[in-house]
Amino acid sequence: MSTSTPNAAVDVEARERAIRAAMSPTGRAAANAKKKVTSPLASVIAVALAVLWTLPTFGLLVSSFRPELAIKTTGWWTFFSNPQLTVDNYTGALNASGGGGLAGAFINSVVITIPAVVIPLCLAALAAYAFAWIDFRGKNFLFILVFSLQIVPLQVTLLPLLTLFVKVHLAGTFWTIWLSHSTFALPLAIFILHNFMKEIPGELIEAARMDGAGHVKIFFRVLLPLLTPALAAFGIFQFLWVWNDLLVALTFAGDSNVQPMTVVLANLSGTRGTAWQLLSAGAFISIIVPVAVFISLQRFFVRGLLAGGLKG
Amino acid sequence: MDVSVKFLTMALAILLFVAVVGVILFIAGRSERRSPSLVAYVFLFPSLLMLSVGLLFPAAQTIYQSFFDAAGKAFIGFGNYQTIFSSSDEILVLRNSVFWVVVTPFVATAIGLLYAILVDGAKAEAPAKALIFLPMAISMVAASIIWKFVYEFRPDQQGVKQIGLLNQILVWLGGSPQQWIVNSPWNTFFLIVVMIWIQAGFAMTILSASIKAIPNDVIEAARLDGVNAFGMFRFVTLPSIRPAVIVVLTTIGIGTLKVFDIVRTMTGGNFGTNVVANEFYTQSFRASNQGLGAALAVLLFILVVPIVVYNIRQLRASEAR
Repeated sequence: MSTSTPNAAVDVEARERAIRAAMSPTGRAAANAKKKVTSPLASVIAVALAVLWTLPTFGLLVSSFRPELAIKTTGWWTFFSNPQLTVDNYTGALNASGGGGLAGAFINSVVITIPAVVIPLCLAALAAYAFAWIDFRGKNFLFILVFSLQIVPLQVTLLPLLTLFVKVHLAGTFWTIWLSHSTFALPLAIFILHNFMKEIPGELIEAARMDGAGHVKIFFRVLLPLLTPALAAFGIFQFLWVWNDLLVALTFAGDSNVQPMTVVLANLSGTRGTAWQLLSAGAFISIIVPVAVFISLQRFFVRGLLAGGLKG
Repeated sequence: MDVSVKFLTMALAILLFVAVVGVILFIAGRSERRSPSLVAYVFLFPSLLMLSVGLLFPAAQTIYQSFFDAAGKAFIGFGNYQTIFSSSDEILVLRNSVFWVVVTPFVATAIGLLYAILVDGAKAEAPAKALIFLPMAISMVAASIIWKFVYEFRPDQQGVKQIGLLNQILVWLGGSPQQWIVNSPWNTFFLIVVMIWIQAGFAMTILSASIKAIPNDVIEAARLDGVNAFGMFRFVTLPSIRPAVIVVLTTIGIGTLKVFDIVRTMTGGNFGTNVVANEFYTQSFRASNQGLGAALAVLLFILVVPIVVYNIRQLRASEAR
């Protein structure tokens, strides 16, 4: 890590280091060597915590497959003595008439998320390259500025941004959400990618420059392939951030037909707080994608999440 | 809007964006011959433009606006800030935010640490951790719905059965059902439980990683000295992972300060559960009190700073050691 990086960099760095240690084979071996005699009490507490953490989700999952009347008159635990299964709740929640119209909102979530991940990732990669490998005037000042923007809460930007979007006739379109998510992601994305780029040996860049390659060529041919894990980690973090976001979507798309699922669900919970057949199925429709991402890409996911701890 | 139109808009946006990046790279390639440092400015241009227009400028505008009245017309000095610290509604909001920020990081970290230690080296460590970590992957809106169902209340009448797990357990134990998210001030703590449920996985993951990074010889030496399990935790594990604990505490603290989704989804800020981040949203976008909304946003910003500074100073100290 370069000495020019501000000190606050350390905490993301420390986290990164800890994760790497945990994921490396030696780290795992150490863990095995450390294996202690586990007392029965410890096991009981661990199992109790695991059950406590899982049961709420499990209860709602079971409920989402029970008929409306059953959900509203008996507890979900009675399902096991009196099983009744239906998918009506899911068709109801997806359907706009009578339900939340989550089918359309699901499409909106997809349409919102993809550009909101791709755009900041590419722009941040360019900026991070400039900060890591090109010398220019004002570099340290600009880097510290971008770095410190990480701690700015989104809230301070929302109202002026909304006014601006109204002025340029973008209000209520996908563009507002794409642009704002992209902007908010930049400080952290630039910072993380810069750290990764700095770790690439300088000789590699030097050698390429000796061969007469320009910065554009080095960026594409040398750095981008090496950066894939970092891009994946941040990409997944940003994906989940945008997919799960409520505040930005509510502010910019609150009253329009580009609402993502979080907004529709939150509204449903406010207006029809006792419609558990819709809420339970709706919640699980919105959970499916991030959980699938989590299960299939757990390692990247954890790294991305750790790297993004400060965001928001 | 039709589904196909939506996807077409998305494709158009991505194409437009690719074109912009193409132009940037073309200009960068051209300017490279003249001066290599010019490339840096070309690479940085789109990011800096977006950050200026989308973050710096609006933030400055919000700070400015926080000194104006509800309509944003008349200058009222620190009037909005005075309101925050004197009106009884706003003081309740501040009090709740203090509850959130004090309780969530410590409880979530304690549970995360306890669990990390308990499952460390266990046979099913990975899946056991995944169970605790999973809430981190889902939206706070979904998490709130999950917990709202746990807290669901049915009046205590003949023939009416509880459908919320917590009240049913209470009934099984011989108690009478409670309106967990209505009865103030305890309802705030039942909302905080949701945030703890989400954040414990984060704490566990980081602390578990740093526990595994403790050098083996340190542990062996302590064991040879005959240190018992508690002593091991107190004198070996805890000092070794102290920097990570601070990172976890402060990160959760910052996240909790800005918590909005949970309060909005579960109570809408009613029943005395409002917090600063939700009050900001209400004042800015529902009550159209621009000035007060802006002041609340600035307050969030101001409250984040000492946490970040503390974090940086602690880490500097631990680096120096």
